[in-house]
Amino acid sequence: MVCAGGGMSFSKDFRAGLLDIFPIMIAYGPISMLWGTYAASKGLNPYEALLMSFGVYSGSAQFVAMDLWQQQLPIWLLIFTIATVSLRHVLMSASISRHMKGFSRTKASLLLFWLTDEAWALMERRAASQPITPAYYMGVAAPLWPVWFGFSFLGAFLGRALGDSTAIGLDFAFAAMFIAVLAGFWKGPRTGGVLVASSAVAVAAKLFLPGAWYIILGGIAGMGFAVLTWREGDDV
Amino acid sequence: MFDGYLVAAVIGMGMATYGSRLAGYWLLRDVAITGRWKAALDAVPPAILMAVIAPSVFLGTWMEWVAAALTLGAALMRAPLLVSILLGVGTVAVLRYVT
Repeated sequence: MVCAGGGMSFSKDFRAGLLDIFPIMIAYGPISMLWGTYAASKGLNPYEALLMSFGVYSGSAQFVAMDLWQQQLPIWLLIFTIATVSLRHVLMSASISRHMKGFSRTKASLLLFWLTDEAWALMERRAASQPITPAYYMGVAAPLWPVWFGFSFLGAFLGRALGDSTAIGLDFAFAAMFIAVLAGFWKGPRTGGVLVASSAVAVAAKLFLPGAWYIILGGIAGMGFAVLTWREGDDV
Repeated sequence: MFDGYLVAAVIGMGMATYGSRLAGYWLLRDVAITGRWKAALDAVPPAILMAVIAPSVFLGTWMEWVAAALTLGAALMRAPLLVSILLGVGTVAVLRYVT
């Protein structure tokens, strides 16, 4: 076939990303509507809900913001709280940056706007077997954004979700995806130690701390285990 | 159409979320990572993925435990991602329906 090689591989990688994220796109609809409904109950009009989902683009941050909304906190305190909720993305960004050496700084910086937990997990999975390209990144990360802000608007506009998505188990799609990706990161007993440390701290934090602290604290616990058990000459 | 507090919140929160997404990349873009630091970064995917799912699985009901186990089993047997996810979602749906 006569075709520009670059174009071919761009669309191939883009489609691979799209295929990986597709089930998550479906599961994003109901959760986005749920946030839009919640935002409407806190007094946001549909356009305000749309603006927030468009510009902030973080489910956990936006749910926490709505939890705090009626208190009309000083704006700096609201922003500080949202920054703590977002700390986990610093770790995700650091980890995935090792697989983005081939991206120009500008391209990487623009694409990182779309770094969600879900797109990050799928990129780490891809990076374990082959290099990630900007095209793959676009395919796996960008499509969630319009779903998020579009269905946020719809939820706020209708003031309710469409049907009960938990009845068909859609809420479990996120956990299932993360479990499936996690399965590929098993590298022996030390991984087991990382997982035990991470899950113990995450569960404790979920029980006793508000918001999304459990993710960053569990992550740090797992990293701590890896650092403490590291020995000279280890390569894993 | 837009409340002033809301616009300020969107701008500030957006800077916080986008800033954290950029931070890891900009901090480590040009750093060669070895030794303990490499061990720490290598642990990020399993540690964060585990932290994300641990509460929703361990603090869930037996139905989530069964679905999680089946999803894990499928993934360990190298089933395609979509198949693993559908198995988990389908198991939850069926168990919730029959109980």
